[in-house]
Amino acid sequence: MISLEGVSKKFGDFRVLNQCSTTVERGEVVVICGPSGSGKSTLIKCINGLEPVDQGTIIVSGSDVTDPVTNLTRLRSRIGMVFQHFELYPHMSVLDNICLAQEKVLKRNRRESVEKAEFLLTRVGLADQIRKYPRQLSGGQQQRVAIARALATDPVAMLFDEPTSALDPEMINEVLDVMIELANEGMTMIVVTHEMGFARRVANRVVFMDQGSILEDRPTEEFFNQPQTERAQDFLSRILPH
Amino acid sequence: MNYNWNWHVLLQEPYLQWLISGVQWTFQVAIAAWILAFSVGSVIGVMRTLPHRGLQIIAASYVELFRNIPLLVQIFLWYFVFPEIVPESFSKWLKRDMPNPEFITAAWALGLYTASRVAEQVRAGITSVAVGLAKAAYASGLSVVQCYRYILLPIAYRLVLPPLTSEFLTIFKNSSLALTIGVLELTAQSQQITEYTFQGFEAFTVATIIYVLIALLVTLIMAQLERTLKVPGFNSAERSS
Amino acid sequence: MTEFDIGVIIDSLPFLWQGLMLSFSLTFLAIIGGIVFGTILALMRVSGLPLLSISAAAYTNLLRSVPLILVIFWFYFLVPLIIGEAIGSYYSALIAFIIFESAYYAEIIRAGIHSVDKEQTSAAKASGLNYWQIQRFVVLPQAFRNMIPILLTQAIILFQDTSLVFVVSLRDFMTTASIVAKTEGRLVEMYTFAALVYFIICFAGSLCVRRLQKRITV
Repeated sequence: MISLEGVSKKFGDFRVLNQCSTTVERGEVVVICGPSGSGKSTLIKCINGLEPVDQGTIIVSGSDVTDPVTNLTRLRSRIGMVFQHFELYPHMSVLDNICLAQEKVLKRNRRESVEKAEFLLTRVGLADQIRKYPRQLSGGQQQRVAIARALATDPVAMLFDEPTSALDPEMINEVLDVMIELANEGMTMIVVTHEMGFARRVANRVVFMDQGSILEDRPTEEFFNQPQTERAQDFLSRILPH
Repeated sequence: MNYNWNWHVLLQEPYLQWLISGVQWTFQVAIAAWILAFSVGSVIGVMRTLPHRGLQIIAASYVELFRNIPLLVQIFLWYFVFPEIVPESFSKWLKRDMPNPEFITAAWALGLYTASRVAEQVRAGITSVAVGLAKAAYASGLSVVQCYRYILLPIAYRLVLPPLTSEFLTIFKNSSLALTIGVLELTAQSQQITEYTFQGFEAFTVATIIYVLIALLVTLIMAQLERTLKVPGFNSAERSS
Repeated sequence: MTEFDIGVIIDSLPFLWQGLMLSFSLTFLAIIGGIVFGTILALMRVSGLPLLSISAAAYTNLLRSVPLILVIFWFYFLVPLIIGEAIGSYYSALIAFIIFESAYYAEIIRAGIHSVDKEQTSAAKASGLNYWQIQRFVVLPQAFRNMIPILLTQAIILFQDTSLVFVVSLRDFMTTASIVAKTEGRLVEMYTFAALVYFIICFAGSLCVRRLQKRITV
């Protein structure tokens, strides 16, 4: 469903991504982890073309993201993305946040969009916040709205870029619960995160990155029990005692 | 569009002399006004930051007064109204004996007007210098005057050098208002040449080019100034915590 | 010094009122034109396309280097020439103002666009919106909200700038006051009155902007 092949990228002289290759099948949940600066955020942003690549190919659901001919706006509506800092539009209500892409990209009419918005908000547990504005919500609530917003365009896959890193500890679980439910329903997900508990619970595979390269790409339990590379072992030993 | 182009006319006398004279008057008005604006503006700006309520109110009133009346109106007030409301002997001197009354009035009015803007820049600069620095200065025994002289103002001026540069350039542009009371600066001369020769396109283009050159010159001088005054590791984009 | 004659002010009020209305209409139309063109210029500047961004930069820098009076003279001279007939000072002046003020509004709006978090654009892009949709629904609304106090302050400045149509004898408030001053020989009264009126309007305006600013900064 999603495949990356030899993806490389440079910022000036600095090599950000180095020959990254992996595949994600329909319904798979893949966690990408690694130390900061490893390129994981950049990699996930390449998947929907937010960041251009210098070399390599990325295919999503049959369309080549790296091909200049591809209609990226249409492709993006089929991939949902959730950001570290939520990025809800502060000048719009929760309802309008969720309806904007539906109406302007998918050309749904108002009634359909509102129905969908109400449905998704109920699903993430925030139906009563529909008329509120982002600044009136807590971080955890904002992120759940962001997830609903991403789901509104009926994506075939969801990308999460450190969805809980900007949240206070007591709000992390409410967001992870939504993501776990999503995974259990069979959504194809790629998640950049430090939350190893989440990884162990729902991820099929873990991709470990360091300094722009994919060092490990293995089934979850294998990765946690027997990391093959020294860097991965080092990383796990530092992050797991939490 | 029917138009007879004739760039050469600008090189003929007396038009060339008019242009040169116009540029001279522009510079004279602008620089005289700036000297006034910078000194008065600094004083007013400092006054607004002093812990004395009365001084603050006076300074704030000055700024509000000079900012909310158009410059043109201010020039007319100084030129037409002021001489009428002062004591008789001063009034007579203003109207008859003062040399270059148009120039002096224009520079005076422009200077005081710009001073209100300079005051706001200086005030912003002073208030963005960390409160902690001032406290440290006072704690070490420095008086208020010393604190301003050695700590606050040197830092404040460096911080607001860019907007001050902008004000300096604006004063050159505003010098054009002097033409309303008869100072034949650059804009006035270009209009006059147009009236005499009908070669408006040429005349106004030259004036435009000269103003653009002035703008470039000012920007270059100020960039050089910024480099000379630069403190290593401290630039106007940094804020002391 | 002769007596201050309030009568001349009162008698000329209808005439002055017309002038004031012209000042207001000029201001209002120039603000709209200035903001519309300013937005276009700002978008050109941040577009990332060299041809557009350099043209916009050149235009903005040129107009911010020259005095408004010169621009007024330019268009007073140029507009009838281009259109082929005398068009009247009002429209020449209006065009001059829009051309001039749009350069200033462009800089304000450009700063406003930069003040919107870059990740907002990423989020909008990620949901499949195209460039124009992103500008229209996500970036520009936020840019303008951020810049409202400065946009309004620029409007007050514009109102003051309209007094410069004096140089082409267009009958705005300042010119009408001046006409009365000269014909009645009452310079002190008229100019003082003009200063007072301008002050009240601009001061009240700036107070409103300040109150608005307090309400916006949550």
